[in-house]
Amino acid sequence: MKKPEEIFQILKEKFDKTELVFKTDIPVEPFIIIPALEIDKVCKFLYEDAELAFDSLVNLSGVDDYNGEKSKDDSGNEKMKGGTISVYYHLESIKLKHKILLKVSTERAKPEVVSVVEIWRSADWHERETYDMFGIKFINHPDLKRILMPYDWDAGYPLRKDYESPEFYQGMKVPY
Amino acid sequence: MGLLVKEFTDSNIVITKVEDLFNWARLSSLWQMGFGLACCAIEMMATSASHYDFDRFGVIPRPSPRQSDVIIISGTVTLKMAIRIKRLYEQMPDPKYVISMGSCANCGGPYWEHGYHVLKGVDRVIPVDVYVPGCPPRPEALLEGLLKLQEKIRKERISIKKV
Repeated sequence: MKKPEEIFQILKEKFDKTELVFKTDIPVEPFIIIPALEIDKVCKFLYEDAELAFDSLVNLSGVDDYNGEKSKDDSGNEKMKGGTISVYYHLESIKLKHKILLKVSTERAKPEVVSVVEIWRSADWHERETYDMFGIKFINHPDLKRILMPYDWDAGYPLRKDYESPEFYQGMKVPY
Repeated sequence: MGLLVKEFTDSNIVITKVEDLFNWARLSSLWQMGFGLACCAIEMMATSASHYDFDRFGVIPRPSPRQSDVIIISGTVTLKMAIRIKRLYEQMPDPKYVISMGSCANCGGPYWEHGYHVLKGVDRVIPVDVYVPGCPPRPEALLEGLLKLQEKIRKERISIKKV
């Protein structure tokens, strides 16, 4: 059983060229910030290393950080420029009874994160949902398509803060 | 006006109007489509079960839309499901009836403002005969809705009245 601080130290020694940040000054559990294009290598190590052995991806979720440049368009809807969208990974080792929270941030304009499906199969549908709701492209995902919204949904990604409901979908009025 | 117009002393003969006979037959065996959407479906199943016993009104769940007379929209209608509901409704033979059960099917319910995926009322895709309010409605409320539908069917006319 290892504490998050110890796990971070192990990662820091192993990935000395990667920019890793350990964030503790928040009211929730501490997490490690990892560059979006390195997450698969870090996760592979967390999975394979004998004294870490993270055998389970409990949850993978997206968050709109709402930190871009905000502006209003003509009809009063909020638009956002720049900023980031994040993905959080909740990992747990059932074998060694410890857990860790990882975070990656990616550009809102072109959100790209490397997929971890090859390591944990449970990431498959989680990544599809995150793609469906936030439009994050998971590089190397085997079947990245919408999972909850209809396949022909072209009005954008509903959980983004500047999402606008379309007037109609297949002839049905959408707003109240 | 009741069903029976005249009874003869021979008890095998009654005289009635054709439309009364048809309406009586229709409202007494409203076969329901075996179809549920969300938490309202749980209440609908409870209504079908022994305690409330939907069967005493002739409501039997059928496995196919082609054998059903009434479809109970019991739950949240998502945009994805709305297309399928419309298809199921079109597959039902005439005469067909729709009961909209619960706030979600009536008007979108709690999803009315921020439900990006919810159709705000099933009446946007198919015509509804009876709206049952509630979230979810108790079995008594659904029974009341069915009785209202039966009243509506009892008043149906085959011929068009000349003015």
